Amino acid sequence: MSEATSTGYPEENYLTQGSTLKSWLLTTDHKRIGVLYLLTISVFFLLGGLFAAGIRLELATPQGDLVQPETYNRMFTMHGILMIFFFLIPSIPATLGNFLIPLQIGAKDVAFPRLNLASWYIFVIGGCFTLWALVSGGVDTGWTFYTPFSTLFSNSHVLPAALGVFITGFSSILTGLNFIVTIHRMRAPGLTWFKLPLFIWSHYATSLIQVLGTPVVAITIVLVAFERVFHLGIFDPSVGGDPVLFQHLFWFYSHPAVYIMILPGMGVISEVVATFSRKRIFGYKFMAFAVLAIAVLGFFVWGHHMFVSTQSVYAGTVFSVLTMLVAIPSAVKVFNWTATMYNGAVSWDTPMLYAIGFIGLFTIGGLTGVMLGTMGIDIHVHDTYFVVAHFHYVMVGGAIMAFLAGIHYWWPKIAGKTYPVFWSKLAALIVFIGFNLTFFPQFLLGYMGMPRRYHAYPEEFQVLNVLSSAGATVLGVGYLLPVIYLTYSFFFGARCAQNPWGAVGLEWETTSPPPTLNFDEIPTVTGEVYDYSPKKEAQVV
Amino acid sequence: MSSSHAHAPGLAHHFDSYEQQRQSASLGMWLFVAQEIMFFGGLFTAYLIYRLMNPVVFAVASSELEIKWGALNTGVLILSSLTMALAVRMAQLGKRKAIVGFLCLTLLLGLTFVGVKAIEYTNKWHHHLVPGEHFSFHLSPTEIGALQSHGIDVSDPAQAYYVQSRAEMFFSLYFAMTGLHALHMLIGIGLILYILRPAWKGRFNLDNHNFVEGFGLYWHFVDIVWIFLFPLLYLLGRHLPHA
Repeated sequence: MSEATSTGYPEENYLTQGSTLKSWLLTTDHKRIGVLYLLTISVFFLLGGLFAAGIRLELATPQGDLVQPETYNRMFTMHGILMIFFFLIPSIPATLGNFLIPLQIGAKDVAFPRLNLASWYIFVIGGCFTLWALVSGGVDTGWTFYTPFSTLFSNSHVLPAALGVFITGFSSILTGLNFIVTIHRMRAPGLTWFKLPLFIWSHYATSLIQVLGTPVVAITIVLVAFERVFHLGIFDPSVGGDPVLFQHLFWFYSHPAVYIMILPGMGVISEVVATFSRKRIFGYKFMAFAVLAIAVLGFFVWGHHMFVSTQSVYAGTVFSVLTMLVAIPSAVKVFNWTATMYNGAVSWDTPMLYAIGFIGLFTIGGLTGVMLGTMGIDIHVHDTYFVVAHFHYVMVGGAIMAFLAGIHYWWPKIAGKTYPVFWSKLAALIVFIGFNLTFFPQFLLGYMGMPRRYHAYPEEFQVLNVLSSAGATVLGVGYLLPVIYLTYSFFFGARCAQNPWGAVGLEWETTSPPPTLNFDEIPTVTGEVYDYSPKKEAQVV
Repeated sequence: MSSSHAHAPGLAHHFDSYEQQRQSASLGMWLFVAQEIMFFGGLFTAYLIYRLMNPVVFAVASSELEIKWGALNTGVLILSSLTMALAVRMAQLGKRKAIVGFLCLTLLLGLTFVGVKAIEYTNKWHHHLVPGEHFSFHLSPTEIGALQSHGIDVSDPAQAYYVQSRAEMFFSLYFAMTGLHALHMLIGIGLILYILRPAWKGRFNLDNHNFVEGFGLYWHFVDIVWIFLFPLLYLLGRHLPHA
C-alpha cells in the first residue's frame, strides 16, 4: 500500500460532509449508509460471537456443567439468528456492495437513495426486536424455527425473534431491489454488461435471490406467528396441518440464503485475485454466468435439507442431483481464480492472503457439500457436527474470509487511510489457523457420530472438542485484531494514495475517500474490464 | 455533469434525465411486484396443498362463503382497475382535475371493497366460522349427504372431528389470504390519500408521473391477487355439496 503524496488526498470528501450524528442518521449517501451498516453488523457479529464463545466453552468438557440444557439451546439459537440474519446476509452486500456498486458503475448514487436509508432503519428495527427477544431470555428453537416446536411447545420468546427476522427480511428485499435497478439503469456511458466487474455480477445474482426468496420466508414467519398467537393450525398436525410444509417453505428461502451469503464473497475474491495477480480474470464470461447459474440452481435444491423429513426417495433423488449440479459453477469459480493466478504477477498483500484462504476453505466447504448432497452420506451424518463443519467452512471460511478480504482491499477507498501491514498479515494468518483448528475437528466429530445441538457428549469426543474450543479462541483473536487496527487506522492512520494497489476499475478513478457525488465528472468507459496490460503496470511502479 | 438539470422540478439529483428516472422507478416497481408475488405465493401454496389433501371438506366449507358478495367485490375491483388506469393516463397528460377525479373514484371503489369485506367478515363471525375457540361448523343435511357420498360419515366422532378441523383449516387460510389482501387494499387506500395532494397541486405531468404509474402497478397487482382468490376460495368445487 503506498501512502499519499501531499497533493493526492481530497480535503473535501464524503466523510467531511458534516460530522454531526444527524448528518449520518439522515444521510442518503450510499457510502455513508454502507458505513452505518458496517458499524451495525459489527455489533451483531460481536454479539453472535459471544454466543459462539459460550457454546465452545460449554463443549470444552463432556459433562453439561457450565449451563443448563435450556440455556445451551438458547445460546446456539441466538448465535444462529444473529450470525445469519444480522451479520452474514447483510455483511458484504449492505456494506461493501452499498459502498462500491455506484462507484464501480460510475453512478452518483444507488437508484433509490432514500429507500436505501430506509432499508438500514428497517434493519435496525428488526435488530431491536431480536435484541428484545435476547434480553427477555432468548429463543430455543434453533435459527430454523421448526414447527410444531416453535408454534405449540417452545416457552421461549419466539414471537419477538420471529418478528425481528421478518422485519429484517424487508431490509434485505429492498436492498436487493435497489441494487438490481441501480445496475440496470445507472451505469456510466459505455459500461456495457460484459465490462462490469464480477463484483457487480455477483451482487446482481445475490439481489435476485434477495428479492425472490426472502418474501417466502417472510410469509412463512407470519404463519408461524399467527399459529403461535391465534392457533391457526396450518403447521399443526393435530388439526390437519403439515409441519413438513413449514420446512419446504422455510428452506425454499433459507437454502438460497446460503448463496446470498457466499455469492457477494465470490465477487470480492474475483476483484482481489485479479488485482493482486495483475491479470484479467480467466474466463470472465464464464465467471459472470457461473454466479447467475448458482443463483438460479440455488432455488431448486432446498429438498436436500429434508432427506429424512418424510420426503419421497424420488424427490430426494432429484434434489440430490440438482444439488450436485451447483458444484459445477462453483468449481468454475475456483478453477478460474486459480487460472488467473497462474503465471500472474502475484503479490502477497493482506487482501490476497484472505482471498487465498477463501479459495482453499471454500473448496473444502463446497466439496463436503457435494458429499452431503448424496443421500446415503447425508442420512448417515444428518444433524451431526459434520454438517456444522461443512456450513461453517462455507460461511465462516468462505463468506467471512471474503468479507475481511474486501474490507482490507477497499479500506483505503472507504477510510482514505493505510493500516499496519504487519498486523494485518498476522491477523490473516491467525484467522486461517484459528478457523481450521476450530472447524476441522468438527468434521471428524460429526463423522464419528457426535450430534449437533447437545450440550454434553461422550468422553471419547473430548480431545477433538478441546481442539475446536482452543481454535475458537485463536479465531476470536484473529477477528479482534482487525477491529482494533482498522479503528486505529480510521482515526490515526496515515493518508493513503488514491489507488494504493494500482488496481483498475472505476472505483479507483475517483479520490480516496470519494466525494459525495463520487466523481467530479461521470466517466465514459472505453476500455475492457480488468485491463491489466503491461503499460498500466509501468505507470503504477 | 448534470448541472443543467440541477433545478429540473421533480428530477432527483442522482439521475441524469427524466427518462432514466422513470425507467428506474418502473423497474423498481416491477421488482416490488415480483417480491409480492412470492410473498402471496407461500400462502397460495399452502392453500393448494391443503385443498388437495382435503378436497371434499374444503369444497363443503367453501360453500359457506357468500358468492354474491364475492362476485360484487370482483366487479368493484375490476372497475377500480379501469379508473386507476385512467388516472395514470391523465397523469401522463398532466390533466390535474381528471387525475384527482379518477383517483377519488378509485378510492371510493376501494372503500366499497373493504366495506363489503367487512360485512362478509361480520357474517362469518356470527356464523361461528372464525377460527378459534368459538369455531363451530354446522352442516346442513345436504352437506352431510354430500360428505357421505364421498365416504365421510359425520356420525362417527373421529370423522366429525376430521370435518371440523379441516373446515377450520379452510377458514384459517381464507382469513389469512383475504386478510393479507385486505391489508394491501388498506395500504393502497392510504397511498391514494397520500397522492391526492400532489395531484391536486398539479405535480404530475409527462415528465414526472412515476409515482402515479408505480402506484397504479401496485393497485392492479392487488386486483389481480383477488382475481385468483375469488375462484380459488369461492368457486372451486361449489357444485359438490349440491350434487
